[in-house]
Amino acid sequence: MNFFIVSLIKSALVAFVLLTALAYIQWVERKVLAHIQLRVGPRRVGPHGLLQPLADVIKLLTKEDILPSHVNKFFYFLAPFIAVMFALISIAVIPFGTEIKIGSFSTPMQLTDLNIGVLFILGLSGIGVYGVALAGWASNNKYALIGGLRSSAQMISYELPMAMAIAAPLLMLNSLSFRELVDGQGGFFLGFIPRWSIFQLPFPQIVSFLIFLIAAFAETNRVPFDLPEAENELVAGFHVEYGSMKFAAFFMAEYANMVTVSCVAALLFLGGWQPLWPVEYGSGFVPTIIFGIAGLICFSHALNPARPFDRITLPVFGVVFLGIAGIFLIPIAATILLPLFWFLAKVGIILFIYIWIRGTLPRFRYDQLMNFAWTVLFPLAIINLFVTALTVALTSK
Amino acid sequence: MPEISLPQSVPLTWYLILSAILFTLGVAGFLFRRNVITVFMSIELMLNAVNLSFVTFSYKYKQVDGHIFSFFVMVVAAAEAAVGLAIILTIFKNRQTLEIDEVSSLKN
Amino acid sequence: MVDAILFLLFAAIAVVCAINLVVQTHPISSALSLVGVMGALALIYLQLGGEFIAAAQLIVYAGAIMVLFIFVIMLLNAGKERKLPRRLWVTYAGVPLLAGFIGVAAFVIERMLPPSPGAKFGAMTHGNPQEIGRSLFQVYLLPFEVTSVLILIAILGAVVLASKEVE
Repeated sequence: MNFFIVSLIKSALVAFVLLTALAYIQWVERKVLAHIQLRVGPRRVGPHGLLQPLADVIKLLTKEDILPSHVNKFFYFLAPFIAVMFALISIAVIPFGTEIKIGSFSTPMQLTDLNIGVLFILGLSGIGVYGVALAGWASNNKYALIGGLRSSAQMISYELPMAMAIAAPLLMLNSLSFRELVDGQGGFFLGFIPRWSIFQLPFPQIVSFLIFLIAAFAETNRVPFDLPEAENELVAGFHVEYGSMKFAAFFMAEYANMVTVSCVAALLFLGGWQPLWPVEYGSGFVPTIIFGIAGLICFSHALNPARPFDRITLPVFGVVFLGIAGIFLIPIAATILLPLFWFLAKVGIILFIYIWIRGTLPRFRYDQLMNFAWTVLFPLAIINLFVTALTVALTSK
Repeated sequence: MPEISLPQSVPLTWYLILSAILFTLGVAGFLFRRNVITVFMSIELMLNAVNLSFVTFSYKYKQVDGHIFSFFVMVVAAAEAAVGLAIILTIFKNRQTLEIDEVSSLKN
Repeated sequence: MVDAILFLLFAAIAVVCAINLVVQTHPISSALSLVGVMGALALIYLQLGGEFIAAAQLIVYAGAIMVLFIFVIMLLNAGKERKLPRRLWVTYAGVPLLAGFIGVAAFVIERMLPPSPGAKFGAMTHGNPQEIGRSLFQVYLLPFEVTSVLILIAILGAVVLASKEVE
């Protein structure tokens, strides 16, 4: 019984944090894209637009939910349901840190540690294709159908290089469970180089990491591979007939897929929650330093604020950041929060790369996209897997 | 309310009966449907029923060979689906119909 | 007892989806029912200790082969099947006969299977990927290589068939 209650609490916590994070990733994306394009982004709703996701959620919930008369009703309702469900379930196997030990009670920071965790995520991303294909079909609209078919063909074409790019570090780490994968990336070479997959001998997995990132961009339908849902090319593709909450469901599914894929990249290639340099040399103070600098910058900007209400909000942010920096100094909290910080930092960097590339690159045409998958990425993934297998076989006793 | 007592562990015959039911439904679909894609899907249903049978017997003898056979069945089903759907596409291009009763020009 | 409840639930889902596959007129409903059957069967494989097979069922069968089926149905724009005028006594005689046949098969299975312990979740520990890998690459190496040649032949065949022009 104890196990059930603890799991229930963990699931509720993870679901709540994930859904809030999805909304705020959209805020981060709009702000970062805006600053790349030399404008400001949302800044009216709340300080620096921080309540914009709340306004968006209220708008999407209260909009009229239209059911067009020409759609296939059962599949029209089923498609966003499938897309969201399988995107959100994949978070269940992702470990966020080491164990939480409070007194005699300890629980890992993961909902379930399947010993086939990697295969579970691959399978769920394969079933998530149905949401897109059915949305295109149910809409009874030729643009939606073409968008849906193109998008699902793109997703299954890029699943192959992604699976082979995942297989390469698995050859060196010898496990399919995420917790064992991260534990296998602990320790340091020469005392200070972390033993992450991208640095690991006998063959550093840098090519696998790049192939995985490119395939992940295509799996989640993000720029530069987002032709099937481009607004100006295909009338927004497969979700053109969807409004309000169902449209929000597709966007939630896309961001949840982004988060899942970033988490998997951080776990497989960047060492999960392992720190960048050993704790003896002071890597325990990194979050304190980062949040402390952020707080001091907030305070220094509050001295001559750009806008009048910033005189109030910027010091508040400064105090919050300095408070978080202080929490990382408490030893009991640090043992729980430090691995969590490293993991979230790596995931955050990969999400920032997603948004950065969205603001920078133009999109591929559909035949260029499919050509790239089958003639460039797939042979490259095979060669990479072959070289990894060869080096592992030659150097193992 | 009658007392239904379920056994502590699931008897293996239940799995085999489920496999028999799925296989019979697959055969029924294969014989009675006229759309060639539905006939093909009934074949896949039969293959799945056989997979369940293999995995059940692999459990009974606590060996992994049944799983390996099941894996090979899946691989062969994948190859068969690819070629079969290509054939269906060619039939559709030639005859513009998806009913197997109408692809009968070699009859009589 | 939880094992029995779970098995009955998944078996009910599988049988309902299979009946739906045979009864539905539109091929896309049949295809999605087949995906439902495969999902239920994957969960039953998990109960029988076949973790790798369950994952392979989801990745290969439900995630790739059925997507291919759905592509073909959407591309060919397959419509509902025309209902043949069928005499009513065929349905009234056929369904009980089918149930009777399944009953006879169940009786024979019950008689022929030697007594063996029931299935409990977690009793079979050999279904993990390490065991499958060991067996696949040591005992069954030749069939493994032969199936890879088979898949190559299938790819070539499909590409040739799909690219032939209709005169």
